[in-house]
Amino acid sequence: MRDLMAVTARPEVISLAGGLPDTSTFPKETFAAVSARIAEESCAKALQYGPTEGLEETKDCIAEVMAAEGMRADREDMIVTTGGQQVIDLVTKTLIDPGDVIVAEGPTYPGAVPVFHAYQADVVQVDMDAEGMRVDLLEETLERLDTEGRSPKFIYTVPTFQNPAGVTMSLPRRKRLVEVAAERELLVLEDNPYGLLRYEGDALPPLYSLDGGVFVMYLGTFSKILSPGIRLGWVVAPPPVLEKINLGKQEVDLCTSTLSQLMVQAYFEGFDWRDYVRSLTDIYRTRRDAMLDALAESFPSQAEWTRPGGGLFVWATLPEFIDTTDLLALALRDNVAFVPGTAAYLDGRGHNSMRLNFSGAGEDDIREGIRRIGEVIKEQVALYGTLTGEMPVVQPEEPVVPEGEGGRVVAMPRRPTRDRRAGGA
Amino acid sequence: MSRVAVLKGGRSLERQVSLRSGARVQDALERLGHDVVGIDAGTDLIRRLREEAPDAAFVALHGRDGEDGTVQELLEILGLPYTGSGVLGCARATDKALAKHLMVEAGIPTPEFFAFTQTAFRELGAADALGAIEERLDFPIVVKPSSQGSALGIKFAGTAADVPAALVAAFSYDARVVLERHVAGRDLAVSVLAGPSGLEALPVVEAVPRSENFYDFEARYEIGRTDFVCPAELPAAVEERARELALAVHQLLGLHAFSRVDLMLDAAGELYVLEANPIPGLTDTSLLPQAAEAAGIGFDELVGRILELGFARAAPVAGP
Repeated sequence: MRDLMAVTARPEVISLAGGLPDTSTFPKETFAAVSARIAEESCAKALQYGPTEGLEETKDCIAEVMAAEGMRADREDMIVTTGGQQVIDLVTKTLIDPGDVIVAEGPTYPGAVPVFHAYQADVVQVDMDAEGMRVDLLEETLERLDTEGRSPKFIYTVPTFQNPAGVTMSLPRRKRLVEVAAERELLVLEDNPYGLLRYEGDALPPLYSLDGGVFVMYLGTFSKILSPGIRLGWVVAPPPVLEKINLGKQEVDLCTSTLSQLMVQAYFEGFDWRDYVRSLTDIYRTRRDAMLDALAESFPSQAEWTRPGGGLFVWATLPEFIDTTDLLALALRDNVAFVPGTAAYLDGRGHNSMRLNFSGAGEDDIREGIRRIGEVIKEQVALYGTLTGEMPVVQPEEPVVPEGEGGRVVAMPRRPTRDRRAGGA
Repeated sequence: MSRVAVLKGGRSLERQVSLRSGARVQDALERLGHDVVGIDAGTDLIRRLREEAPDAAFVALHGRDGEDGTVQELLEILGLPYTGSGVLGCARATDKALAKHLMVEAGIPTPEFFAFTQTAFRELGAADALGAIEERLDFPIVVKPSSQGSALGIKFAGTAADVPAALVAAFSYDARVVLERHVAGRDLAVSVLAGPSGLEALPVVEAVPRSENFYDFEARYEIGRTDFVCPAELPAAVEERARELALAVHQLLGLHAFSRVDLMLDAAGELYVLEANPIPGLTDTSLLPQAAEAAGIGFDELVGRILELGFARAAPVAGP
């Protein structure tokens, strides 16, 4: 698959594969003003190393962002990191020895997969539906692990507008997950890059605010609300874990870029960061709508997809007989790309699913890209019909979810019962 | 010394490997004292070649266009000497169905197979013949695109029910697919290289997958998931036979200068030729350089020799 992904970078390819935020509308004047202020007021500091845990000024900005989602966090419980991705790496490095168990959603964030691989974690992926992770299945999984004398080192979840599935964990499940974590004294890593990118409906409380930061570690990032290029994220975690993360970070990069941190500080002081998030939200809502309309128009009736109320991704599932890695080869012939579903699993599932991104391409490209993907899917459906002499049966649909949490619902691929654990080697 | 254009990358699905092969070849040619320019084969290929006006092209492309005779045809039109096999050899080797038909005719053992185009299914009702094929081949069978060079699109069908989805996958890469009897056993590769005393088969390389999933084709040539043993530990007679077969296939298909022939050795000690690659990988983990190394030929020497052989072939046909 890596060979295929190398081809998606060609300029003529409409890529719905990446997870790129739109950076084209960030006001140049703002960037210039922020840069000028740093040059004027804190040039020497910006060019210098900083403390490993991050600048106090940055932590003030972080507290402001977290407050916007109803969270309160102490400055001393935070570490500023080089993007959110570094948090996944540092937490895994800190908590995992080879063979240790991590519980994650199935599908999970494709960028976490190589990290979990690298530290040789044994990742158990729990199925999701339109209300996010099936917490009942999580409990079953924990019971089963108990009987094997094992317990996960942490649970990794993206509860809001999940990457890649685009679904959001319901409030009852959030509450139950936090209870389960407390009952079993299990750490949870809540990865929340997209919470503020909501296109409809009311916000749900993050796990962190429900648990008060006892067992829930929180991962935040400026990548989706400001810029991925400044590489700024953060983690909030209980002191013993935080101490180890701090040591791990020292070893990796000493500190997060001081220049980036001061840019965020200058930006937060001089401008209303919420305005830009609002403008992004408007852009992405339009693009999401364009993608959902195009999907309804261009994908065959055998396909199903999620209807995200926010975030950056739609997850589509095709008939069993289609392997989306092979489909990608066909799609690339027509200069369009997506992420094959297997990238979101560590256990080989997801072969007939795909992740589609709507934030990184304009509406016309989205419509044209979806049209082309629809064509190659129809090509394969027709060929399969010819080969078998029958048209494939549509999978029965799941019950419809309430407004605001997505319309058409997709069941994530089920784990075969015979092999419930993902290989970590 | 000469001015050499290294052609690499391109639009094929093996772009990534080709970029690595090309970069390594460029380094070697520079060490040999040549004036080297790297060209990522795109829509401006001809224009770039005319601008750069090299004395020869080193073709480090893999897969579609670069290895199937397309680029070679263009280089012929430009009258530019180039490395590796010519148009016809490339075309014959990269079409697995054609290559296997030629092997059968020449009495070279290759697993039993049937090849189909999509048209046969769409317009001639070939699906009705699938049952008969499945009986003739015995399961499990391997379904693969006829022209794809990497492991992409190769599927294993354990039962008849797996065949349609496997065909859909293989047709994603090519309009023609091959259904082949699966030979269980050891995975061998023999590289062929022309030398001062004629064609030579280099020591045999064995690919030993670490994966327990025997049918995980993608793992087969991936570093860390497969171990490579060179020279492979084989009975002398088997090794000798593998080398003979590789040379025979190289000549049968009309390949030039170098190639890599992939074979399977079954439990009964029988060898079967799967395919021949006109431009095998030249990365630091590729099999041809490993085999050359085992024969005492370093990478720079290998690259230098391949370039000379390119010039040598071009010489007699240089027009009036």
